[in-house]
Amino acid sequence: MKDMTPSDVPSGGTTVHHKYFDGTERTLVYSNVETPFPEGNLIVSRTDIKGIIVGCNKAFCDMAGFTKEQLIGQPHCILRHPDMPAAAFKDLWNTVSQGKHWHGYVKNLRSDGGYYWVYATVIPNVRNGKVVGYSSIRRKPSRAKIQEHSETYKKLKEQESK
Amino acid sequence: MSFFFTVSPDFSPLHISDWFLVNTWLQRNLGESIHLELFDDFASQRKVIDEKKVDLIYSNPYDASTLVRKYGFQAVARPKDLTDEAIIAVSEASPLKKIEDLKPQTRIATTDDPNVHMMAMILIEPADLNKSNTVVNTCESYMRVAQELIGGTSDVGFFLKSTFDDLSDIVKKQLRPIVTSQISMVHHALLVGNTMIPLKEKLQKTLLKMPTDPDGKHALEALGFSGWELLEQEDVEFMIDLMDTLVE
Repeated sequence: MKDMTPSDVPSGGTTVHHKYFDGTERTLVYSNVETPFPEGNLIVSRTDIKGIIVGCNKAFCDMAGFTKEQLIGQPHCILRHPDMPAAAFKDLWNTVSQGKHWHGYVKNLRSDGGYYWVYATVIPNVRNGKVVGYSSIRRKPSRAKIQEHSETYKKLKEQESK
Repeated sequence: MSFFFTVSPDFSPLHISDWFLVNTWLQRNLGESIHLELFDDFASQRKVIDEKKVDLIYSNPYDASTLVRKYGFQAVARPKDLTDEAIIAVSEASPLKKIEDLKPQTRIATTDDPNVHMMAMILIEPADLNKSNTVVNTCESYMRVAQELIGGTSDVGFFLKSTFDDLSDIVKKQLRPIVTSQISMVHHALLVGNTMIPLKEKLQKTLLKMPTDPDGKHALEALGFSGWELLEQEDVEFMIDLMDTLVE
């Protein structure tokens, strides 16, 4: 995963060094520019069991700001916004690795440093009784839910940084 | 012995005779006897599925889950370049312009088509609406859904896009779509049951040549299909996974 640089964010942004809950580190540059969820769409991606992107639809590429070729082979955390608490993703992986479905509101990072909110469902792809990967399907969340989760995640982040 | 073929009951009544044309063409070109039976509603069709009478089915994505995962049906083909999309429409006179204008206790006219109902319920989520804070009126047909809107007894109506497009101009002029899904990954699929699995490859080859045969082309065009695209089992499995995430 490449580090981001200020030149990636035309509107200007904040640079942080981010450590993911799995120990991976990356320099991120992010802005306050929100991209609205595309009306009527679903954003779909698939990963292997290690969380490496193996497939996605056009809406996923458009919202992430990458081409499909740039995304395939990358870890899914390439979309992770620094405002998201690590606890949310820990819960996600704990849930899906037990073969269960996970639902949650997620603030994602775009390649241009902007962000977009989604309501995500992540499920294990089970074939012949074995988990072969995961699919994530995101829908448009309501503004009320976005507001509610922005506040919750801010509090969680504050607790995590103590 | 005759194979039993059925079609998801979400097609427009305009296409009843077209499906018989398809079946006639298939029988002639496969060299097999196939009995086509069409149903007016989903419950009647599910009954014959549960009785394991179905050998070949043009299934909607929702029912594909039961057919593949419970009864072991296998993927054959899908209509080329055609996906299932839902439309949420209002009466032309309605003040509602967008999904976020909808309020709790919105009156919804829908059909028993589980596929469209599910997709459309997802489209109203950005207004924080769900089954617990809406009033759902299940109608016997999409025409009845349109009448509910025009008559003002429902606020919004759920339609399968292809069926909405088939409504008469007079009806469509009195309706206004406020959102159309652009999911692009959900589609109908032709599936074979255990008894017909040995014929799957032959069926796929036959379907692929359908657009190049004058009678086959005529039957496809009547349905609004340009041809068939072969399906891998994994394609259908992935679509079922996707549908599973939407059911919850």
